[in-house]
Amino acid sequence: MAHGYYKVEGKPLMVLAHGTVGVQHAAMAMYNAYCDRVPIYVILGNIIDVTKRAPGVEWFHSVQDAAAMVRDFTKWDDLPISLEHFAESAVRAYRVAMTPPTMPVVLVADGDLQETPIASDLKIRIPKLTHEMPPVGDSGSVAEVARLLVAAENPVIMADRTARTPAGLACLVDLAETLQCSVVDQGARMNFPTRHPLNQSDRARAAVADADDILGLDVADFYGSTHSYRDQIERTSRPGTKPNAKLITISADDLYIKANYQDFQRYNEVDIAIAADSEATLPSLTEAVKRLITDDRKRAFQDRGVRLKAAHMQALERSRDAAAFAWDASPISTARMCMELWSQIQNEDWSLVGATTFVSKWPQRLWNFDKHYQYIGNAGGYGVGYGAPAATGAALANRKYGRLTVNIQNDGDLMYAPGVLWTAAHHKIPILHIMHNNRAYHQEVMQVQIMADRHSRGISNCGTGTTISGPDISYAKLAESMGVHGEGPISDPKDLGPAIKRAIEVVKRGEPALVDVVTQPR
Amino acid sequence: MRRAEQRAEAGATRRMELIAMRAGWMKRFVVLLFLFAFAALLFGFPVARAQQSSDAPPAGNAQNGKKLLVSYGCYECHGREGQGSTQTGAARIGPPQLSFEGFQNYVRKPTNQMPPYTSKAVPDQDLADIYAYLKSIPMPPKGKDIPLLNK
Repeated sequence: MAHGYYKVEGKPLMVLAHGTVGVQHAAMAMYNAYCDRVPIYVILGNIIDVTKRAPGVEWFHSVQDAAAMVRDFTKWDDLPISLEHFAESAVRAYRVAMTPPTMPVVLVADGDLQETPIASDLKIRIPKLTHEMPPVGDSGSVAEVARLLVAAENPVIMADRTARTPAGLACLVDLAETLQCSVVDQGARMNFPTRHPLNQSDRARAAVADADDILGLDVADFYGSTHSYRDQIERTSRPGTKPNAKLITISADDLYIKANYQDFQRYNEVDIAIAADSEATLPSLTEAVKRLITDDRKRAFQDRGVRLKAAHMQALERSRDAAAFAWDASPISTARMCMELWSQIQNEDWSLVGATTFVSKWPQRLWNFDKHYQYIGNAGGYGVGYGAPAATGAALANRKYGRLTVNIQNDGDLMYAPGVLWTAAHHKIPILHIMHNNRAYHQEVMQVQIMADRHSRGISNCGTGTTISGPDISYAKLAESMGVHGEGPISDPKDLGPAIKRAIEVVKRGEPALVDVVTQPR
Repeated sequence: MRRAEQRAEAGATRRMELIAMRAGWMKRFVVLLFLFAFAALLFGFPVARAQQSSDAPPAGNAQNGKKLLVSYGCYECHGREGQGSTQTGAARIGPPQLSFEGFQNYVRKPTNQMPPYTSKAVPDQDLADIYAYLKSIPMPPKGKDIPLLNK
């Protein structure tokens, strides 16, 4: 929940957990947040002094080094041994977590420290919290990048975890419109309006192949985004860019790296690498670009903008044509599901808080996103169990703004932490879950099939252990058992619109609802 | 009564004629088949090539193909109506954009992310059945003609 909350509200949520069993449950969520560069403020309880533990369970629930098992995927942790130490570390933890690259932090709260009465003469001082300024690219490097961008015939800006805040989206629009250049939004955050004519995300490969400069702004996998990859027995990879294309990155990831978990991806062979926060660097880069623009370049930019608008409209038309296939199919196509949902929410103040990766990114391809809170990306580490809890955390943040929170929820993912449905009902957190119920851990079905085919083991048994049927789960009944309004299962596309409409009425009353949609795989 | 007998007799005669005609066709068919077989033996390769280069796909059972699309797992990436997906990288195959020959060649030796499927994994006839099913899927209207896609 804390993961989703931060991405909407921009503030970390505090998480309290047992130092042993609690942190083991929380570890997957913490790993996702770490990979997604999301700060979470975690406090783990523990009892260090063996003479203070009760016999039995407290021994099972005590540990020598509580933060050890998550140290590889948190930014910082501490075990304060006095109240003043705790005060100082608590303030430090907040600042460390919130300084880009933002990440989870852990404080271990010793039981003895928590329970021992405070001495009457003890004066505890809590240090002042100063927000660190995010690291900005140095002016010389920024000027060089500006020079390259202005001179380029086809520069491409690639965004991913770029817009940490709503200001990031506005800054990116300013730079792109100044240059009239392509923007490819990888979608870890809501970086760029989907219907903006410069948005070329739906033809990303073509835009990258045609580029002479590519500027990556906090892109999680810049190598993968600039290379093609073929996953056959012999795995091959080759550049997807022109041989002389200049590659530039601005990324806070260059400021902090750990060794064990390999979330840092392939090494980027780039021409300029600026170790800085991209959102904070954008205003100075845009100013530097504006200073360099001549009348000639301005005319060239305008011509380029016209061409890109045409390419954007063609890509939109292609996506609409593609969505028409299997339009009336049962199970329901992911395109139909997404468009039935869109038709019901488009006139509301909506916020889509579930990842769209597994529904072929139809929302980004066909909906009109133009606000920062309208999309919050995915899990980060691809760890299952992220969806419903993160969405509920995001809905908690959206509640006070009166936004209609919508989550497209994968069926397998919900089975990891379905209890969050009850949490939403109990705390009256309004959220609409649209189940993408393809009755499988579908990514695994596909992977097992590739391997079975590769090793000639037969390709008709790949559903074993990967599909979720026999019996089919009724997610509507599951929801209702926890006090959440349930609709479905719905297999006929004609029934979907009315079901979504009924569910939205419930959500507008301040309660959670779920519509179980039996879907095509992707 | 007599009329009835006449009708019965006439009917019997007609049946005999039909049997005789069929026997004649059969004889002619067997002779033709023999001649074709002889020609195939004599000029075997040209005849086989002529059959392969035909644009018409081999006869396939669309109903069986629909089942095979699922049991062989094609649907996993391509969808149950072959609609494809940008997430899986699978092309739209329903209705097919390739001739059967091109379709078969691609399945055996794909050039992109799709794994190769040998005839041991998916026999030729099963592939023909799958193709027949995909071929039976009608083209949808253009996206601009579906109101929900234009909101």
